[in-house]
Amino acid sequence: MEFALQVDVTLREGIADPAGATIERALPALGFSGVHRVRAGKTFLFAVEAPDEAAARAVAADLAARLLSNPVIEDARVRGDVS
Amino acid sequence: MRPVGVLVFPGSNCEHDVVRALGDLGAPAELVWHAETDLSGYDGLVLPGGFAHGDYLRPGALARFSPVMGAVSEAAAQGRPILGICNGFQILTEAGLLPGALRQNTGLTFISRPVALRVASSQSVLTRTTARGTRLVIPINHFSGAYTCDDATYAQLVEGGQVVLTYEDNPNGSRGDIAGIANAAGNVVGLMPHPERAMSSLLGSADGRGLLQSFVESTVLAA
Repeated sequence: MEFALQVDVTLREGIADPAGATIERALPALGFSGVHRVRAGKTFLFAVEAPDEAAARAVAADLAARLLSNPVIEDARVRGDVS
Repeated sequence: MRPVGVLVFPGSNCEHDVVRALGDLGAPAELVWHAETDLSGYDGLVLPGGFAHGDYLRPGALARFSPVMGAVSEAAAQGRPILGICNGFQILTEAGLLPGALRQNTGLTFISRPVALRVASSQSVLTRTTARGTRLVIPINHFSGAYTCDDATYAQLVEGGQVVLTYEDNPNGSRGDIAGIANAAGNVVGLMPHPERAMSSLLGSADGRGLLQSFVESTVLAA
């Protein structure tokens, strides 16, 4: 079976996120007030062939840890069933 | 004297400058394509600046999987001198040959200008002949040059004399003003500044010569 998965990569808590901070600073000028803790990141979408969703997510988690994110500075989250 | 291998990834762009700079110091250097898997003919290796594999995903993230990197790891373990300049530094951290990571500059701008540096440690193939505290002016040219690492790694780097170069006036938000680090053995060094662009006072600075001369002498000693 094929499972459509998504991996979201953001900078880890405590690592400076200049893009997120810049976006947050721009919000008041656009009339948005009360929006906080903006984090910028990357999203990866792909399909994994596997016998079941758990196996597919395991592949995605491995891929996310070894390639899509740098664990020194980034966190990766796998989201399932994004088809 | 066997040549220094200057690795060329798709997207590297400082390799000819490095070959020229090493040649100026009397050291033969050869370009080595990233598909090569045998580096036994080189006493030292340089990973030059540029945008290996387009810097897609993260700088160095894809270059780490280039076929040549297995042999680079072997050479590092054997104690052969390895120098990563700018993008080469990013590749060495992604490959786990140096600790930490290089994140985007705090100001989110690409910075290209000469900066003042201090030699923070002489315990590396790049700085072994330059006294601690020596001031050098060398250009930087990067978007992701802010060195970052966890507290334990930082303490280890400082205590072990592995911080080899610091910025006098931190341009990019780098932790502890770090511009360059070495591994514990001192044979693998990464730095964001470009010593190969500081080879002649007529062109602004000759402060890169001493660093590269030290590297070249280290390759002879390691042979």
